[in-house]
Amino acid sequence: MSIWTQVLYAAISVTVATVYGLTLGGIVRKLYARVHGRFGPPVWQPFLDIIQTSSRRVSVSHGNMFLLGPVFRMAGGLGTYLFIPVIFGSAVFGNFSMAGDLLLVMYFVFFGQLGMALGAGQGGHPYSPLGIARGLAQMSAFEVPFTLAVIAVAIQYHSLNITSIVAAQQGSFLNWTLFTNPLAVIAAMISMLGMNMHSPFSIVMAPQEIPIGPPVEMNSGFLSILQTNRGLFAAAKLVLFMNLFFGGATNLLEMIAKTFFIYMFSVFVGAAYPRFRPEQSFRFFLKWPTIIGVLSIIYIAYLGGVL
Amino acid sequence: MNKKHINEIEDQMKLANEGLPEKERGLFADARPTTVDAFNKYYEGFLNWARSRSLWMLAFGTGCGATELRPLMTSRYDMSRYGIAPRPTPRQASVFIIGGYASIKTIKRIVRSYEQMQGPKYVIALGSCTINGGMYFDSYNTINRLDYYIPVDVYIAGCMPRPEALIAGFNRLKEKIRAGECEGMNEYAEKFDWFKKNQKQIIKNWNMPDYNW
Repeated sequence: MSIWTQVLYAAISVTVATVYGLTLGGIVRKLYARVHGRFGPPVWQPFLDIIQTSSRRVSVSHGNMFLLGPVFRMAGGLGTYLFIPVIFGSAVFGNFSMAGDLLLVMYFVFFGQLGMALGAGQGGHPYSPLGIARGLAQMSAFEVPFTLAVIAVAIQYHSLNITSIVAAQQGSFLNWTLFTNPLAVIAAMISMLGMNMHSPFSIVMAPQEIPIGPPVEMNSGFLSILQTNRGLFAAAKLVLFMNLFFGGATNLLEMIAKTFFIYMFSVFVGAAYPRFRPEQSFRFFLKWPTIIGVLSIIYIAYLGGVL
Repeated sequence: MNKKHINEIEDQMKLANEGLPEKERGLFADARPTTVDAFNKYYEGFLNWARSRSLWMLAFGTGCGATELRPLMTSRYDMSRYGIAPRPTPRQASVFIIGGYASIKTIKRIVRSYEQMQGPKYVIALGSCTINGGMYFDSYNTINRLDYYIPVDVYIAGCMPRPEALIAGFNRLKEKIRAGECEGMNEYAEKFDWFKKNQKQIIKNWNMPDYNW
């Protein structure tokens, strides 16, 4: 396959993922509204919001790093997505999957937030660094159980290539990591709650405490980049979880069905629980999920996955 | 026009920021706002349609009228079904609701918040106090007419207007946006001197920049 074909396929794949991620965001807003007993905005509201913010006639920049912040964030989203094979065996949705891509993806998941930290810091608003401090601390906390789960998966399949991890789970649904190594899946799913930043872990963008935190100074075009990235990044994370723990997908419909239900887990938890205080959130991740993560490694490495 | 000429005009365009101490003047904008033309008819029509469907209001209650915004947000009236959402920062908001009477202290914050919003920006003046002073018409520390200080797109009369009236006001604003009549941002830039004169007349201790970007 020539590089241009790959670029074309990647463009198609990124567009589909962004549209899917944004629609998911709209569905989630609708769902939260129904829980509150409201009608809620239409599901296409995120698209209208992006058109609205990008069509502002003026914008304010606070310097070069401020300009680069949203770009880094977008690069984080794109980087995460482009190295994950979305659909197993598909040429169009295969993306740039290669040997060892799991490590690269893990890096990219956290790259965007670091870039955003630099950019938002230059905005000069006191709530930006406050939000960033919360965000980075929470990120370090939920990274521990997530990394332990990924190590368990890597030991289990003897591979750091997402495609071969998905390949190993094919055949029957009993081959999914969910059934072969449930402890790792539990640890990872709990850390996903923090990654998706719904309640109770919505401490980073808490409008009632720190007016939406890091992007408080982001306006117009900068904000529309962040909004677009939110759709893409949400899709990328869900696809990663689907590949690692839920057997991947062999067609688009299967991908949509699986990622939808994976996302609904954090949405249902979010709709049911109020927000943690920052220190409660950090302690939570470093306690039970971390212990479960360590147990999952012991289970898979020393007990051979048979109990 | 030669370069010298342009420099002269740029010098005239600069604001003094006299209210600020010397060391802080460089930190704030010293350029006047400029008008920005709309795109061509059809593209601007599409953008206006999207803008009217996604109104982000600045969640800043400037008076007692802000109490009517709470039932509007919650499940009884639910403004989110009309695409209206609260936004906690003026940088991202597009609609500014002035909730009732504006005292001199508040008008200072209103002006600063309004100037920090990125255009096109819309203002809804809620309650009689913003139209003619209402029951505070002879008060020593409230303003009587809001549109002397910032451009206003829609007035909602009443003391207090009910959430239904607010929804009607939002619908009127949407119609105006779709018709391309909400050019408050350009109006503010065009009549900048007049607005500043009015603002400075009423705000005696002007210890803020002349223009907030």
